[in-house]
Amino acid sequence: MKYSALNLLRQGFAGHRGWPAAWRNADLKSDYDIVIVGGGGHGLATAYYLAKEHGLSNIAVLEKGWIGGGNTGRNTTVVRSNYFYPESAAFYDFSLKLYEGLSRELNYNIMLSQRGMMMLAHSSHDLELLKRSRNAMLLNGVDAKLLTPDEVKARAPALDVSRKARHPIWGALMQERGGVARHDAVAWGYARAASALGVDIVQNCEVVGFDIVAGRIKGVRTRLGEVKADRVALAAAGHSSVLARMVCFRLPLYSYALQAFVSEPLKPVLDTVIASPASGTGVYVSQSDKGELVVGSALDLYGSYAQRGNLPIIEETAAGLVSLFPSFSRLRLLRHWAGIVDVTHDSTPIIDRTPIDGLYVNCGWGTGGFKAIPGGGATFAHLIARDAPHPLAAPFSFDRFRTGALIDEAAAAGIAH
Amino acid sequence: MLSIVCPFCGPRDETEFRCGGESHIARPGPPDAVTDEAWADYLFYRDNTKGVQFERWVHAYGCGLWFNVARNSVTHEILAVYEMTDPKPHGLVE
Ligand SMILES: Cc1cc2nc3c(=O)[nH]c(=O)nc-3n(C[C@H](O)[C@H](O)[C@H](O)COP(=O)(O)OP(=O)(O)OC[C@H]3O[C@@H](n4cnc5c(N)ncnc54)[C@H](O)[C@@H]3O)c2cc1C
Ligand SMILES: [Zn+2]
Repeated sequence: MKYSALNLLRQGFAGHRGWPAAWRNADLKSDYDIVIVGGGGHGLATAYYLAKEHGLSNIAVLEKGWIGGGNTGRNTTVVRSNYFYPESAAFYDFSLKLYEGLSRELNYNIMLSQRGMMMLAHSSHDLELLKRSRNAMLLNGVDAKLLTPDEVKARAPALDVSRKARHPIWGALMQERGGVARHDAVAWGYARAASALGVDIVQNCEVVGFDIVAGRIKGVRTRLGEVKADRVALAAAGHSSVLARMVCFRLPLYSYALQAFVSEPLKPVLDTVIASPASGTGVYVSQSDKGELVVGSALDLYGSYAQRGNLPIIEETAAGLVSLFPSFSRLRLLRHWAGIVDVTHDSTPIIDRTPIDGLYVNCGWGTGGFKAIPGGGATFAHLIARDAPHPLAAPFSFDRFRTGALIDEAAAAGIAH
Repeated sequence: MLSIVCPFCGPRDETEFRCGGESHIARPGPPDAVTDEAWADYLFYRDNTKGVQFERWVHAYGCGLWFNVARNSVTHEILAVYEMTDPKPHGLVE
C-alpha cells in the first residue's frame, strides 16, 4: 500500500487497523540467483538497486538476526560528505544526493534533516586544517563554509565559546547539507521497496559456510538449510572477516566496538550536528526529535566482537561533551550500546570482487558507513550485476593495499562517523 | 574496564595500556624478494578472529614494556600474558 495523505486518512477512519506489513518476512527458498549476506542498510539497499536499476529478480537478503539490528540500527545517524580526497568526496556526495531524494524514491519517510554539520576548531592550527578541508571540499564541488566563533555561537548558543573554555573555539567548518536521518527508516524503507520488487528478506538466517567448486561460488549454507546461488554478496560489516575466513581468505580489516549514548530528553537546545575531532575526545552530538542528545566519540581501541562498550570511553565521552557544553553537566545518560565496526587502515571502504568467482564484498565502512548506504548499495549492485566496478566505487578496491595508493581519509579528513 | 597484568608492574587498569594490534606477524624478507602481495598481506591483512586473539600491548603510561596478550574478542577475557618473543601459548591455538 502506498503511503500517502489519502491512505493515511482512509486508515485513520478505519482505526489504523488496515495497514499491511511494510515488507514480506520471507521463507528461505533453496535456490536464488543472488544471495546477499547481511540485512543492514548496505545489504538491503544493494538488493533494492539490483531489482530496481538492473531489473534482476530472484534475490534474497539473509540476515542472522533482524534487519537493521547491526550497525545500521546502532549508529548516530550523521550524514554528510565533508571528505578530503576527490574519490571520497565524489562517492559520499553521490550518496548524500541519493539521501536527498530517498523519502520520495522509497515512498518512506526517512526523516532526513539537513540541519547542518559543523566541525570545531580549537586552535589556530585546527583552523588552518579546516580551511584546507574547506578548500578541498569546494574544489571537489561539495558545499562548505567556515564559521567565525560568533557565527558558531549564534548557531549553537549552548556551546561554551568563552576565552576560558577548556577547548576554546576558533571557528568551525560547516556543511549545511549535512545532518541526520532516521536509521530504522532507512533500513525499513529499503526493505519495503526491495520486498515490493520481489526480494526475499529472510531473518534469523545466519550464513555458516559457502559452497565453492573450482574457485566459483555455488551457494551458501545457513542455519535454515542450504541455498544455491550463482552470485553471493557479503555486506556483513564487523563480521566480514568471520565470513571471509569460512572461505579461507583474509581481509584488510580490524573489528572494533564503537559506542553511542543517548541522554534523557531535553527541550530543544541544539538544532545542528556538532563534532569536535580536535579536542582529543572526538565527541560529537546532535539532538533527536524526541529531545534526547545523541552522543558519540572514539572507538574502543582494541579488537572486539562484543557489541558492548568499555567504561573508560564512557567517561571520556561524557567529559568531552561537558567541556564543550558545561550546561549539560547534570544530564543523565539513558542508554548506551556499541556496534562492531569494520575498520580499514585508511578509513576508506572496500567494494570489490574476491578471490572466488561470483563472490563479492562490501565492507570497511568502519565508523561512518550510514551516510554511505544509498551510495554503497547503488555501486555494489552495479558491481554484482555487471561484474565490473561502478566508476565511483572503483577506487575502493583491494588493489590499493597492494599498490600502496591508499585513500587515507583517516589522516586527511581526520574524522570518523 | 580490563585489568591487565603487566609482566613487570603487575595488575593495572586498561587505560594505562595501548593495544598494538595482532602479534606474531613476521616481517617478510629479504626486501628484494618480497612481492607486493606479500607486503600488503604483512601490512594490512589480519586474522581479526572472533574468539581468541593474540595481541601486542604496551604499558604506555607505566614501564613502557611491550608484551603479548591472548584475549577473547567476544568476552574480552584475558587468557594469557606472555613475553614478546614467546610463541602462542599451547592450548589456546585453534
Ligand atoms: C555507535 C555507532 C555510531 C555510528 N555513527 C555513524 C554516523 O553517525 N554516521 C555514519 O555514517 N555512520 C555511523 N556509523 C557506522 C554505520 O553504522 C555503519 O558503517 C553502517 O551502518 C554499516 O552498514 P552495514 O549494512 O554494512 O552493516 P550492518 O548494519 O552492521 O549490517 C550487517 C548485517 O550483517 C549481519 N550478519 C553478520 N554476519 C552474518 C552472517 N554470518 N549471516 C547473516 N547475516 C550476518 C549482521 O547481523 C548485520 O545485521 C556508526 C556505527 C556505530 C556502531
Ligand atoms: Zn609495566
